[in-house]
Amino acid sequence: MTSVLYDVPGPKARRVSLIGSVIGIVLIAALLAWAIMTLAQQGIFQAQRWAIFGQADVWTLLANGITATLSAAAIAAVIAFPLGLLLCLMRISDVAWIRVPTRIVLEFLRGMPVVLMMLFVLLVFATSSFIAVVAGLVLYNAAIFAEIIRAGIQSLPRGQREAGLAIGLTSFQSRLSIELPQAVRRMLPSLVAQLVVLLKDTSLGYIVAYGELLRAVQVMADFLGPQFLFPVFFVAAAIYIAINLAVSRLAIWIERRGSKKAAGGVAKAPTAGVSTIVK
Amino acid sequence: MDVIIESLPQYWDGFLRTLFLAAVSGIIALVVGTLLAAARVSPVAALRGFSMAYVEVVRNTPLTIAFFFAAVVLPRLGVTFQQFEIAAIIALSAYTSAFIAEAVRSGVNSVPIGQAEAARSIGMKFGQVLSLIILPQALRTVVPPLINILIALVKNSSVAGAFFVLELFGYGKQLANDHGDAVMWVLVGVAFFYLLITVPLGYLAHQVERKVAIAR
Repeated sequence: MTSVLYDVPGPKARRVSLIGSVIGIVLIAALLAWAIMTLAQQGIFQAQRWAIFGQADVWTLLANGITATLSAAAIAAVIAFPLGLLLCLMRISDVAWIRVPTRIVLEFLRGMPVVLMMLFVLLVFATSSFIAVVAGLVLYNAAIFAEIIRAGIQSLPRGQREAGLAIGLTSFQSRLSIELPQAVRRMLPSLVAQLVVLLKDTSLGYIVAYGELLRAVQVMADFLGPQFLFPVFFVAAAIYIAINLAVSRLAIWIERRGSKKAAGGVAKAPTAGVSTIVK
Repeated sequence: MDVIIESLPQYWDGFLRTLFLAAVSGIIALVVGTLLAAARVSPVAALRGFSMAYVEVVRNTPLTIAFFFAAVVLPRLGVTFQQFEIAAIIALSAYTSAFIAEAVRSGVNSVPIGQAEAARSIGMKFGQVLSLIILPQALRTVVPPLINILIALVKNSSVAGAFFVLELFGYGKQLANDHGDAVMWVLVGVAFFYLLITVPLGYLAHQVERKVAIAR
């Protein structure tokens, strides 16, 4: 598509583009140099500030933070997914008194900030911060999972459900054994992309005083001294972004693989275009 | 229950500040995000590379880390903000613009190829093709996802409340401290005001989506 937007560049356009690129790179390099200079004036690059990474204790604390982050994310994901399936089935149920309340609950959960839910669980139920973080993540992501899977079910050809009903399955059986498996498979890229969001949201645990990676940074800075705040933060942020990038890559890989292999292909994320085709 | 009525002025103030934060960051993010999307499809390789790297890194950075950097790390480095709101707006719009860039780019990809070919065949340059032909059509189709991104922005502004900015969530925390006996109602009130923004926006997205579906 990109190449459709402009003619194949000739020698003059290529030259202009090259000059533009060089100027852009120089500008970015200048900005980076300025940032590094400013940091250097603060003494950020003194070797002793970074020497703390030679100590095993620092890595142990960082590892504890990563473990806390990942375990909260993993437990929340494992609970949220089946709950999302259940909510999805209830949301598309034929029975109005199941469908309508579920719809209201889903609207409610999707419209609230995750951090507010965490704070609510923490203060109202007086739980540990770990449970507050997991509960907040589970409630929010179950609602999102439910909506993603619902979009997947709606994107299936209508014949799937009709065939299921025609061979004598009940409505619920058809949903469970015909439609859900296909919908989940179709929506796998969106579901994995949502995992990245979940993983990112564990950092909200910092706000409710859960001992995740960011809190570990603060604890270390308080313990070792403020001059170590930046180095520790820098490393922790790099670790966080690296983990998220890895999961994002996984989502893209699944999408590519799925579009080659799956019979019906993999549906894109529920954007305007996709859901209009469905109807 | 009484707590909510008693503290209605604080709630209202917080509500307006949340709206302000979201509106200002939303407008900046829409502009920057569209520019990033344009850079992503431009003929200049450096622009494409920059846009791609920016979107990839920012989308995978937790917002809390950005706020932690602005609120805790920067003051240590001697950078302090007179008004922390400005830092909040920068962080929120930088974060949201990456998502908007992705949405707009998918919209650009959804415009039929013939449109761009026709524009080029009558002699338009890249800037003209994009701004006169492609973007007006692309933006129309991505209105629902853009509204969803703005809903996420409203919710994300609560992270700013956790770091010093007094908006809805910030007031909520304060009120929860003052009214230890009615924490539940305080937070229910906060939730209500968030839903007051997000639910109508969600409804709007749904309506626009249906309208676009009919127009096709």
